[in-house]
Amino acid sequence: MFINISFAPLEAAFREFVRNYGFIFDAIKIFLLQGFLVPLENTLRAAPPWLILLIVGLIAYHATRRWLPTAAFVLCLYLVGCFGLWDKLMSTTALMLVSTLLCILIGIPIGILISRSNWLRAITLPILDVMQTMPSFVYLIPMIFLWGIGQVSAIFAIVVYALPPLIRLTDLGIRQVDRETVEAATSFGTTPLQLLLNVQLPLARPSIMAGINQTVMMALAMVVLATLIGARGLGETVNQGIANLEIATGLQGGVAIVLLAIVIDRITQAYGMDGRQRRQLLGKGGGFPNPFRRAAPAEKV
Amino acid sequence: MNKVEVKRVYKVFGAREKEALKLAQGGMGKDEVLRRTGCTLGLQDVTLSIPAGQVFVIMGLSGSGKSTLVRHFNGLIQASAGEILIDGQDVTKLDARGLQELRRHKVSMVFQSFGLMPHKTTLENAAFALTTRGEKREAALEAGRAWLERVGLKGYEQKYPDELSGGMRQRVGLARALAANTDVLLMDEAFSALDPLIRSDMQDQLLQLQRDLHKTIIFITHDLDEALRIGGQIAILYHGQLVQVGTPHQILTQPANDYVRRFVEKRAANLEVAEANKPSAQGPAGSP
Repeated sequence: MFINISFAPLEAAFREFVRNYGFIFDAIKIFLLQGFLVPLENTLRAAPPWLILLIVGLIAYHATRRWLPTAAFVLCLYLVGCFGLWDKLMSTTALMLVSTLLCILIGIPIGILISRSNWLRAITLPILDVMQTMPSFVYLIPMIFLWGIGQVSAIFAIVVYALPPLIRLTDLGIRQVDRETVEAATSFGTTPLQLLLNVQLPLARPSIMAGINQTVMMALAMVVLATLIGARGLGETVNQGIANLEIATGLQGGVAIVLLAIVIDRITQAYGMDGRQRRQLLGKGGGFPNPFRRAAPAEKV
Repeated sequence: MNKVEVKRVYKVFGAREKEALKLAQGGMGKDEVLRRTGCTLGLQDVTLSIPAGQVFVIMGLSGSGKSTLVRHFNGLIQASAGEILIDGQDVTKLDARGLQELRRHKVSMVFQSFGLMPHKTTLENAAFALTTRGEKREAALEAGRAWLERVGLKGYEQKYPDELSGGMRQRVGLARALAANTDVLLMDEAFSALDPLIRSDMQDQLLQLQRDLHKTIIFITHDLDEALRIGGQIAILYHGQLVQVGTPHQILTQPANDYVRRFVEKRAANLEVAEANKPSAQGPAGSP
């Protein structure tokens, strides 16, 4: 009763495509590896851990404007070091930063585009649905054809998985900007670009930052899976635990990922507030003496 | 010469715009057009001349098309048919760039719900029109500061809109529109969201500013008292059609039809009641 449908011809076509146009993907691979991932990973791994902890502390303070969370975040990462996983933590961080950067570079422009056109949005949303529901293992396979086993395949697998929420939330954020505000700005003769940069993007900021936050979280969730196609880092520890049936090793790797996730989640969430809200927080929750309050807004990290 | 000329403007909302427009231009009524095509007639055959340098009030109840009409003057809404001339230039024929220029240099607008940028300070909001048209930031902020002072908001430059009261926010909206230094100022129910006392303050302030500035102000309102108080001329819209244009005195004494008469009678009745109540109210108040 069923006619036979097979995706085999598709696979043949894909292989043919890779044979003919593989050089494009090689170029992308070299660009990403040499230009971003390798230098970043090497720098992070070579840097003394106290310096990294200090930088994380400064960023956390800049984002949250409070001492207590800042100290807690630094402690989280310090703990990962105590597990003996500092080196792997740095590899995972580098992988995640590059994937997130790619997601932002791809996701926000697409989000902006589909916020301005209903038909483009109608085409894009189902694709995003597929990206989110397709089991990740399925698109690990073609990644290997394109880039071989290694970090770059891992990065793109992560991008496919982590991109949709950023696109959705960018689109939503821009569409949710108050129509009256947009109308008022238009009535003073803004160009479309002025409207986007001065009104829509700043007002969509909380939504876009929530999207970046989601993207980072999903990237971290993919870290373990990405090890299967050659990503280095904390995922390796988890897989090692599975392979050797070592509960402690697996748990340490898992907890390390969770700790990293907490730190990044809180910091990116805090950046969802604008500078003004963070300055106000400083006055309320920071618990500083007054002189500090005046000095803080000028501070740059 | 008149500053703004509106000539036989129609506006149809809905998918079957062309068809509905043809029916409307053939003289079919709003309800019949809606029944036949599912399209709403926003404006029907509106023709209007607005002279320079005075406050021209367009009045009507909600749904009368007054907010739709005012948005035609700066191209926020495109007319389905007809011409709108500002200084002899037809707004309906302008392309995107032309509209931008019109909005930057000729027509500015004040909104009922203020339309301030919540992420910008009062000062940046006041200077918005100037920074948008590319003037130097310093000069723009300086002009913004001067206008804020003029509307009575000196000292609030660094506040954000959500830190201001409704009346103050609308002053910022007014300062922003005035800073643009355009000849034509559109005010869409600008004072309707304010409470009565603040509202009459703002009306006074507007009249005072107008004495110095002599702009062409097109003021939309649903409030007859407001219209009579500030309008040099009043146009009354009803279901997208122009019913009457005249001075406040003409509107009060020679209402063109029953609709206008009912509008005006209410006020006349209120006046009579108020006058009838006055002596009796003063009696007890004066005795102790």
